[in-house]
Amino acid sequence: MQLTVNGTTRDVDVEPDTPLLWVIREELGLTGTKYGCGIAACGACTVLVDGYATRSCVTPADSVEGAEIRTIETVEETETGRKVVEAWVDHQVPQCGYCQSGQVLAATALLTETPNPTDADIEGAMSNLCRCGTYNKIRAAVRSASEA
Amino acid sequence: MQKLTSRPMNVSRRGFLAGSGALVLSTALPARMVRAQGAEAPAVQTLLELRPDGTALLRSPFVEGGQGIFTAMAQIVGEELDLAPEQFTVEVAAPGAGAALTGGSASTRSGYEPMRQLGAAARAMLMEAAAQQWDVDVAELTTEPGAVLHDATGRRAPYGDLAAAAMDLPVPTDMTLRDPSEFRWIKTSVPRIDVRAKSTGAAKYAIDQEVENMLLAAVQHAPRLGLTPASVTNQSDIEAMRGVHSVHLLDGAVAVVADKFWQARRAVEAAEVEWTEGTAEWPMPADFSSSAFRDTLADAAGDAVEIEATGDAAAALAEAGTVVEAVYDAPFVVHGQLEPPSTIARFNDDGSLELWMPNQSPGQFQAAAAEAAGLEPAQVRIHSQSLGGFFGRHFLYRTANPFPQAIALAQATGRPVKLIWTREEDFLRDAPRPLGVARFRAAMGPEGPVALEATVIGEGPTQRWYGAPPGNDASASEGISGKSYAIENTLVQQVPLPNPAVIGYWRAVGHSMHDFMYEGFLDELAAAGGLDPYEMRLSMLSGNDRLHTLLTRVGALSGGWQPGTYEVDGTTRARGVAMASPFGSEAAAIAEVSIDGGEVRVHQVWVALDPGQIVNPAVVEAQVQSAVALGVSQTLVEELVYEDGEPTARNFDMYPILRPDQMPEVHVDIVESGAAMGGVGEPGLPAVGPAIVNAVAVLTGQRVRSLPLSKHNFG
Repeated sequence: MQLTVNGTTRDVDVEPDTPLLWVIREELGLTGTKYGCGIAACGACTVLVDGYATRSCVTPADSVEGAEIRTIETVEETETGRKVVEAWVDHQVPQCGYCQSGQVLAATALLTETPNPTDADIEGAMSNLCRCGTYNKIRAAVRSASEA
Repeated sequence: MQKLTSRPMNVSRRGFLAGSGALVLSTALPARMVRAQGAEAPAVQTLLELRPDGTALLRSPFVEGGQGIFTAMAQIVGEELDLAPEQFTVEVAAPGAGAALTGGSASTRSGYEPMRQLGAAARAMLMEAAAQQWDVDVAELTTEPGAVLHDATGRRAPYGDLAAAAMDLPVPTDMTLRDPSEFRWIKTSVPRIDVRAKSTGAAKYAIDQEVENMLLAAVQHAPRLGLTPASVTNQSDIEAMRGVHSVHLLDGAVAVVADKFWQARRAVEAAEVEWTEGTAEWPMPADFSSSAFRDTLADAAGDAVEIEATGDAAAALAEAGTVVEAVYDAPFVVHGQLEPPSTIARFNDDGSLELWMPNQSPGQFQAAAAEAAGLEPAQVRIHSQSLGGFFGRHFLYRTANPFPQAIALAQATGRPVKLIWTREEDFLRDAPRPLGVARFRAAMGPEGPVALEATVIGEGPTQRWYGAPPGNDASASEGISGKSYAIENTLVQQVPLPNPAVIGYWRAVGHSMHDFMYEGFLDELAAAGGLDPYEMRLSMLSGNDRLHTLLTRVGALSGGWQPGTYEVDGTTRARGVAMASPFGSEAAAIAEVSIDGGEVRVHQVWVALDPGQIVNPAVVEAQVQSAVALGVSQTLVEELVYEDGEPTARNFDMYPILRPDQMPEVHVDIVESGAAMGGVGEPGLPAVGPAIVNAVAVLTGQRVRSLPLSKHNFG
C-alpha cells in the first residue's frame, strides 16, 4: 500500500492491519513516534492524520491510505508546530522525554484547530499520559504557545 | 562509606585515547552504593575530554533518565573549568570507566566534589600550558569561559588550542575551588541540555537503537513465575507466519524472532503454549493473592527485630490510660515508566558481546550479562541509553530485565537480536514495590504523643537483592524509622516475612509508603488528643530548627495553615499536612482536596524541600513536580492486584496512572539550609500521600489506612 508521511508518498509492504506506529518506526525508520502501551491509553504514539492527533498504535495502516500523516520529525515545518516546540523549550517541559513527541503533536493539533483554547479545550485535547508528571509545565507551555 | 581520594589523573596518552589530541582527565568518584548496604563500594572513574574545538565531552558516572543529571554534571564541571554548560556533550561512562549506580537520589551529592575538582584540574592545566607557551608566570593568567587570558599583554588562547599542550602536563595537586559566592552556573537555573532534542523527537532511547543485520524479537512469558514452556502446540503454524525467523522455548517464556517487531509480536501472541512447572528462585505460588498476603502480614506473629528505640515504649504504653492502635497498608505498585524495556544483543566475531539497554547500574549489568553469556565481564560492552523513565525499574532484578533473553536469542540465531517487551509483558515481569503493612500503638499526652510503637512486617528490596538483614534494611522501614519528631518513648521494629513476589525499588522506596502510614497515624493521634495536626507537629519539632523552619515555610507557602473545611468555587475543601526525611533531605507538604462524584480530587500541593544545598533550582523544582505527580498517582489510583498468582492488570487500562486532569497545581519552596547536600529526585514524594489522606480525613471524617483512595467510597 501507499502511505503519505511527512509529505512523501511511500510504498510499504506490510499486512494491511499493521498498526501505523510500527510502519512508521520499522518501515520508515522514524523513531520519534514512541511505543508506550499499544492500546491507545498513553498517547506516546500520537501522530497527525489530516491534522488530527491520532494514536497510531491502534490505527491500522490501511485505514490511513491517502491521508496526510505527519510525525514529530517535521513538526517544526508549520508555524504552529514551531511555536509549540519553542514553548516546550522555554518552559523546560521534558524530563525523561519519552512521551513528549506525542504531547507536542497533541498540542500542535489543538492549536492548529483552536488557536485560542479555553482551559476546557486544553484539558480535553491534552490527554496524553506523562509518568514524569510534567503536566503543570505542559499546560503552561500550551497556554504560552497559544499566546505567542 | 568508603573514603577515596578523588584527585584527577591525566590519561590523555593512555590506551585508546592516545592520538585523540584531546586533554583527557579521569577522576575517582566515591561511589555511594546506597542500596548495597554492606557491599564494598568500588571506586569508579569518570572522564573529561577537552577537545581541540573547545567543546568538552563528559562521560557521566550517572545515567540520564529525566532527572537532569547530565545538565547538573556539566554545570558543576563547567563552573570550575570555566566553560559554559552548553559547550558540553554528556554521555554515560562505560562499566569500569566511570559508570556508577544511579539511584538513591545520590548522583549530584556524591558527584559534586569530585566533579568540581575535575573541572578545576583541567582549568589549572590549561592555564599552565598557556603560561609555558607565552613564557609568563601562571599567576598572571586568568580565564573567561572557554579561554585563557593574559591581561598584561592582551593575549587570549581558546581552550581548544591549549588542549594538546596541556596533555603533557602533570595534574596539579593543590587546586583552589571557586568560592560559592562567585558561582556563575551552580545554583542557577541553567537550561537542560537535552530539552530541545526531547521536544522534537530527536532524542534516542534503547528502544530506538538498531544495529546492522538485526532481527526483532517478542516474548510471551509464563503467566506466573515458575512455569516454563513444555511445548508450543501450534509451532509450525506460527513459524509459517509472515516474517517469522524462528520460535524459541526459553526459561519461563516463549520467544518469536522475526524480521520486524510487529511480526514477532503477532506471532508470539498467537502461540498456544503448554506450561509446566519449572524451576525459579522465587516461584510464584499458584494461589497467591495480594489481599490474602495483606492479611497474612497484618496478622503475622513472628519475632520482631528492633530497628530503633528511645526511652521505654512498652512500659509507657502499659501505663497509659488509653492506647491508640491502627494497622496501615499500601499495595504493590508497578513502575510504569513509559518506555517499555528492550535490549539489543550482538555477538562480535572476536566473541565479545555488546548490549544496548536501559539500566541504572552498568557495572552490575555487565557482570550479570557476562555470566549469562559465559564470558568474562571485560568481553561485555554495555551501551547505556537515556531512559524513558525509570523510577527504580532498571536495576538488576534478574527476572525483570530482558537482556538474558536477548543474549540467548542472539546465541541461538547467530544474529544480533533486539528484544522488546510489550507493555503487557512488562507488567507481568516488573519487580513492583512490595505491598507493605505496619502496625502502630501509641499513647497521647496533653501536648502530643508520649509513646509510639511501630512494627513493619515483611521484606524490603534491599534484603532481597543485597542481603540486608531485617532490622538493618532501611528499605523495609524508612519513613517509619528515621522520623525526627520528639517522642519520649519509641520503638520501631520489623517482623521479617518473605514476599512471594519479585519485589523492587520504586521512587522513594520504603518512604513511598511508610511516611503515609506514620504521618496518617500521627494525625489520628492529634485527633485523639484534640490537637491541631499542624500545631502538634510544630511543637514536636521545637528545638529542631531545620524542620521547624521547613514546616513553617510550607505553611507560609500555602498562605498560612488552614484547619477545618472551607468553601472554594462551590466545593468544600480541606487541607492536610505531612513531613518526611528521605535520602538526606527534608520535606514538608500540604495538600488541598475536595470530593467530586465520590472520588478524591487534589487541587493544590505545596511542598517545601530542604536538600541542604542545590545545583540547579529549575531542575530541583521540576523534580519536585515529578515526585508530587507520582505521589498523587499512587495515593489516588495505583494498585497492582494479584489473584491466583498472576497480576490482574497488564496495561494502563486496568492499572490507571495519574491523568493530566487529575494533576494538582504544585507550588515549590526550595529551602537551602546549608546542611550537607541531600537528594532531590525522590524526596518530594513521600509527604504527598499522607498530606492528601490527612486532608481527606478532615473533609470526610474517614480515616484511610489502606491505599489507594480509589478503592474507598467517599460518596
